[in-house]
Amino acid sequence: MTKILTPTDQFEVSTRDGLWMSAADALRVTGFALKPEGMCRDEICVPMSAGSVKGAEVDVEAFWKKLGGPVIASDVGDVWALGAPAEERNAALEGLQAPDFTLPDIDGTPRSLSELRGRKVFVATWASW
Amino acid sequence: MWQSLYAELKDKGFMVVAVAEESRGADHARPWIEQAKSEYWQLIDTEHRLEDLYNLSNVPQAIWIDEQGRIVRPPETAGSTDHFRRMDLKTRTMTPEDQAGRLAARQAYFDAVRDWVNTGKHALPADDARARLPKVTPRIAEARTRFRLGVWLRAHGSAAEGDRQMNEASTLHPESWSLWRQAADLDEVGKASGPDFWKRVQALGERPYYPPPKL
Repeated sequence: MTKILTPTDQFEVSTRDGLWMSAADALRVTGFALKPEGMCRDEICVPMSAGSVKGAEVDVEAFWKKLGGPVIASDVGDVWALGAPAEERNAALEGLQAPDFTLPDIDGTPRSLSELRGRKVFVATWASW
Repeated sequence: MWQSLYAELKDKGFMVVAVAEESRGADHARPWIEQAKSEYWQLIDTEHRLEDLYNLSNVPQAIWIDEQGRIVRPPETAGSTDHFRRMDLKTRTMTPEDQAGRLAARQAYFDAVRDWVNTGKHALPADDARARLPKVTPRIAEARTRFRLGVWLRAHGSAAEGDRQMNEASTLHPESWSLWRQAADLDEVGKASGPDFWKRVQALGERPYYPPPKL
């Protein structure tokens, strides 16, 4: 099994030759579904070259790079990180809708920014270092 | 740090979310949080997710978000100043003037938050807010990805490889003090303000370490 880290999640997936995986797993990991037009999410379809789709299998490394996102593997290739494309981050911020996040408090209770809608929210980072 | 402001403004539809950027784990933040006795949210971000989502580069930085969930002030320095750069490194003290200047700047920032809650002042029009957003470049995006992998590797028995990913992340995004510190300093608290830190701060020259918020 291969470990795949996305910006907000992680998955265990059966892969071969890098990040070739079933279309079902590709959907789980990326949120994009394999269709005749390419890899599709909502209204967006990313066309896939003939060499990156075989039957019901997808080369997710090729797909993610085509999307514009970084793909970094560990030395032995058992852990892969798929990063958010720069343009996706910029577009989200330029829309000025504050990106939602869910993080635990010190007792482990998950808290989401979206729970605070209707209030003015001051989000401030800090660190003990 | 924000408790007095929160206590004063909480009945006016105001909330503070403090997020600890702690790749070393929640236990490093715990004593500080317990001591602060704050009523607002104190969240732990071991993967520095907030830095990725909001393109942050140092701590403390703050984002102001209005009732509709819109960013009205993009990430900016939250109350800290560069006065520390002139401190006497042997005694770790600042001159009285610098101490006063530091306090005054912090007070001005607190006042700005208070004005925003009370009157809406300091909320930026959309175009101004957009113009102040730091741009995510492909190098920054790769740095975040290597950082994410590095944190995971460190936590799963591959410390040396994790360190290497962290260092590459810092090299790709040298403006990020946060990435540099996580790469440089895992176990030894205080090392992040050691000689290497001061050398790096001095190399800034005229550039700020904490860019002052344009209020």
